[in-house]
Amino acid sequence: MSPNLRIAYRFLTAKKRAMMMSLSCTILGVGLFIVTQATTSGFKGFFIQTIIGTDGAVRVEDKIQDTLRTLPIKTAGGADVRVRQKEGRKYIEGIEEPGLLVLALRDFPNVSGISAVLRGSVIVRSSFKDDTAQIFGIELDNHLKVSQLRNQITVGSLDEFRDTPSGVLIGRELADRLQVSLGESLLIESPGREAQRFRIVGIYLTGVSAIDKIRIYAHLGTTRSLLRKPDGVTFLQLDLYDRERAPADARQIENTLWHSANPWQEREKSWLSAFNALSISSAITVSVFTLIAGLAMFNTLAMIVLEKTKDIAILRSMGYERVDITRIFLWQAGIVLAIGTVLGSLFGAGATYAVSKMPLELTGIFATKHYIVSLSPWHYVEAILTAVITVMIASIIPARRAARLEPGDIVRGTAQ
Amino acid sequence: MAAADPIVLRCDGLHRYLGQDEGRVHVLKGVSFEARRGDVNAIVGPSGCGKSTLLYLLGLLDQPDGGQIWIDGQLMSNSDDAIRTAARGAHIGFVFQFHFLMLEFSALDNVMMPMRKLARLTPPQMTERAHQLLNSVGLGDKTHRLGTQLSGGEQQRVAVARALANQPSIILADEPTGNLDVKNSTMVFDLLTRLAKENGQAVILVTHNPEIANRCDRTRPMRDGVFV
Repeated sequence: MSPNLRIAYRFLTAKKRAMMMSLSCTILGVGLFIVTQATTSGFKGFFIQTIIGTDGAVRVEDKIQDTLRTLPIKTAGGADVRVRQKEGRKYIEGIEEPGLLVLALRDFPNVSGISAVLRGSVIVRSSFKDDTAQIFGIELDNHLKVSQLRNQITVGSLDEFRDTPSGVLIGRELADRLQVSLGESLLIESPGREAQRFRIVGIYLTGVSAIDKIRIYAHLGTTRSLLRKPDGVTFLQLDLYDRERAPADARQIENTLWHSANPWQEREKSWLSAFNALSISSAITVSVFTLIAGLAMFNTLAMIVLEKTKDIAILRSMGYERVDITRIFLWQAGIVLAIGTVLGSLFGAGATYAVSKMPLELTGIFATKHYIVSLSPWHYVEAILTAVITVMIASIIPARRAARLEPGDIVRGTAQ
Repeated sequence: MAAADPIVLRCDGLHRYLGQDEGRVHVLKGVSFEARRGDVNAIVGPSGCGKSTLLYLLGLLDQPDGGQIWIDGQLMSNSDDAIRTAARGAHIGFVFQFHFLMLEFSALDNVMMPMRKLARLTPPQMTERAHQLLNSVGLGDKTHRLGTQLSGGEQQRVAVARALANQPSIILADEPTGNLDVKNSTMVFDLLTRLAKENGQAVILVTHNPEIANRCDRTRPMRDGVFV
């Protein structure tokens, strides 16, 4: 043990009460920081998982109308220079040639699954009630590769859906509103066209209210017949191996395949921003504890400087340099930080585990029955860094003050 | 060679002012002084005459407003804080009137503290030397007692052992017996002078005690900031 650390330890343990205040605030600050980050990022992660599990990582939709123009500039080789005009970009609704687009998308190495979806607005009639809904015509096996539909089925079976051309999967909220259950029939009518009878073979729950109350999954062929759209689809839903790369892939798809591509980050921007704001605000709130820890450390060290001026003079008379005195005081902050961050991390880990077991009934943007936490080493790093920066900044002032004390002045003052 | 020079400490024309503005006092008025190895020097005089101020200047705890100080032939008065601090650790041992032990530490730790900073010895050598020094001041059986568990006389004996820890060439003592009874005063003074003479160290002590002063090799009376 270095002489400075040994002295720091003894100085600190001589002020146990003051040190305990700083230590307990550091433990609370670090621990609560970890818990809040684990819960906010847990809910955010679950939300992302839910929305990717329902609407995919990227949605490729309308065709971009070609607006390239050839300018009258010739290169040495005689080729035209073409400039893309972004202003006034126009779209042609839907995907006319989904087969060709799917083939082209298979060349993108990050694309793990593609599902063609035909969407249309419909009126659903049950024995009790009529309601508006949206029908999503899908090819089941393709759609299972880009969604969590398999896990979202709460009643019924996908095998029966696969074997029943007139079978539909409807959302839990829609089923409740129509007062229908598994095996019952529904009449689905596209505006201005003849209604067709469908049988409910499954009820799903994504937890996203906007989906569960409006969406009906049917077979693509049946949907074409219902909507009278013999070719083309509304959009292609993609899943990716690396979902974080969705914006880059979407840009590349737009630039090369001339169809608008919407990554999940863009699609759910407002919710993601809300989660980020919540994460930051909760971090700021619990950092108050760390701030108090810093103030307590400042107070403790300032008291030690006042009480130990004589000892500082002794140390300086023995050959301890100003930098040694600074280090002795910074070591004291370091000891509190070392103990506080270790205990705080343990407290944070334990509290995170306890919170993850707490019941919480929640639906609307996702469905959960308990608190969701995300375990990440970065939460610990951020919590520890916040504590280290706050406490060390608070410790620098008394440490420098101690180092500036003139031994001659102290000895003369004490002796008088 | 500087180490062979019998004069280990010398100052010439030292001036020191204390206080500020109207309260500024000319405490030392051109003091010159030298100390030889193995000699015990007493500086005596009434309170406020500048004895302690001179001692702190000689110990490089303070800086003069004028004049020069040489330690082992090296000019120290105008050197920067780092050099003066290093010189204190290597060449000077202090004994103060109020013991100035670090009370949270044991007697052994107090004696080892200057050795740990200088780091000339290995940790086992430091421990052995600290035990030797505490034995020599009669505290071999109290090495692990905290400062708070020692009497005034014992604390001052630990302070003497600590001052000798790095085998300095100069021992500066500011009224080392001023806070002790007669028996302890005699014991501490005898100890200090015996150990210093054994090791060829110069001792400069400030005292009000005429008996102590009379037993020193040289006595320098001071009045109003000058030797008389």
